[in-house]
Amino acid sequence: MTNIPFNDTSYERFLNENKLMGSKCAQCGAVYAPPRPVCIKCHSGSMEWLEMSGKGKLSAFTCIAVGPPAMCNEGYDRNNPYCSGVVELDEGARVVARINGMNTKIPESINIGTLLKVAFLRRDEGDRVETILAFEPL
Amino acid sequence: MQRKRKLGRGVAIVGAGMSKFGMFRDRDTKDLFLEAFNEAMASVDKGMDPNDIDAIYFGNFSNDFFVHQAHWGPIISDLIGNVPKASTRTEGACASGALALREGVFAIASGFYDIVLAGGAEQLSKLPTEKVTEGLALATSPYEGKAGFTFPGVFGATASAYFKKYGANREHLMNVTIKSHNNAPLNPKAQFPQSISDVMKDKVQRAIDKGKPVPVWKDEREFLRDPLVNPVVAWPMHLFDCSPISDGGSCVIMVAEELARNFTDAPLHVIGLGQGSGSGLHAKEDLASFEATKYAAREAYELSGLRPDDVQVCEVHDCFSIAEIVHLEDLGFFAPGQGYKAVEEGLTQRDGPKPINTSGGLKCKGHPIGATGTAQIYEIWKQLRGEAGERQVPIDSLRIGAAHNLGGTGGTCTFTILERRG
Ligand SMILES: [Zn+2]
Repeated sequence: MTNIPFNDTSYERFLNENKLMGSKCAQCGAVYAPPRPVCIKCHSGSMEWLEMSGKGKLSAFTCIAVGPPAMCNEGYDRNNPYCSGVVELDEGARVVARINGMNTKIPESINIGTLLKVAFLRRDEGDRVETILAFEPL
Repeated sequence: MQRKRKLGRGVAIVGAGMSKFGMFRDRDTKDLFLEAFNEAMASVDKGMDPNDIDAIYFGNFSNDFFVHQAHWGPIISDLIGNVPKASTRTEGACASGALALREGVFAIASGFYDIVLAGGAEQLSKLPTEKVTEGLALATSPYEGKAGFTFPGVFGATASAYFKKYGANREHLMNVTIKSHNNAPLNPKAQFPQSISDVMKDKVQRAIDKGKPVPVWKDEREFLRDPLVNPVVAWPMHLFDCSPISDGGSCVIMVAEELARNFTDAPLHVIGLGQGSGSGLHAKEDLASFEATKYAAREAYELSGLRPDDVQVCEVHDCFSIAEIVHLEDLGFFAPGQGYKAVEEGLTQRDGPKPINTSGGLKCKGHPIGATGTAQIYEIWKQLRGEAGERQVPIDSLRIGAAHNLGGTGGTCTFTILERRG
């Protein structure tokens, strides 16, 4: 594991294996997801991989009615908005992710603080499969 | 900060110009910038020989994507006849223009150049909306795009966090929109020079002309609540919370302070200058604040020796209504959680104690990305020199103005404080 670079390519490969991986500073214990190669608290370059439990709570969100082409291809539009949000993981780190299982037509019904668990969405990109980080209500 | 910042020598603005902002089928980056440049040269009270311009700094976010042409420095230099002198493009997403201004200030302050042209332009409207959305999303943080975030989406999430933290709601955002639309009709260069009431009358008239059922709204707020005319884009951001797709150019002419009086008796001195950087949503400490704005403001206040209360008129980066509210707090004009109340109480109206976005803001003036930074400076130039016409703020002894420019989703923010002396 220590030979795997702490970069986005590794992070995305782990997502393809249904693993939400972060990095932990060996010096000060700070936890980062997505992984950082360098600790921004103590500037140590000594990091370790750490798998996140995949549990957290909603910190901020939006329900998007006008999405980019990739989201339109998934069938989202004005009549079917999707939710994207910021999730604070139990480990303390925050990630941005798709938020599923919410009533996106009534955003007022979505509550910050809602407990969530991780889900992994597969998107076929032709020559390869991409995994999108997502969360849904616990 | 390690020590107090300082400029090697003073820098003053002696001319400013901006093109009309809007969506133009028959115009491009070059002629929009030229329109701004011509106005800027003509605005130099005692005249300036264009051959005396030492160098150009040109802000442009992504004409590479929007019109498939990169490397804009020399194109602009060629356009105004400044070849073979240096011309450099700056990029900081929507703050690209302010970065041009800043580089120009440093170049003069260092003693290297005496006279610099700084500006920017962008041309968005020739692409369909989905492509523009895709192009703008290039300036979000990498993880945000994968999570489906659009530009309005990031600010929608910011609004959700702000609402939760301070108890504000969508009705408070409407106050920002209504205010911007009240200022815009007084700005002849604005893309949407209409109050919300004007927009309502327009829609009624159009329905009558087409023989369709005539819509009825009790007031501006009821209009903004109507999803048929103000649909959601990225909740709680609705159409009237978002700045438009625009084309336009703007620029300023800056000189070493000791030369300023050769060009005008009413130069604006650059007394505060700040720039900060910020992380994406996942790494922000406070989701209801922009750390880059706070840092830029601190730097600029420190350089100028001024406090937030000293700023008499300010252009604030209102790419989205929530951004204006949050920035009012991050710039120190109002305490955290008080920004939305200040707007509600009318404190930021043109005739209020802290006039914000007298130009109509990005929302109504328009937001041609690279042009926005120096277009904000243009408004402050007009206000501080008493040349803002009908939208002139009614403050006696107007002396201090400022402009706040934000790039991307808060990744690059600048704050510039200008002073009129004499
Ligand atoms: Zn550390």
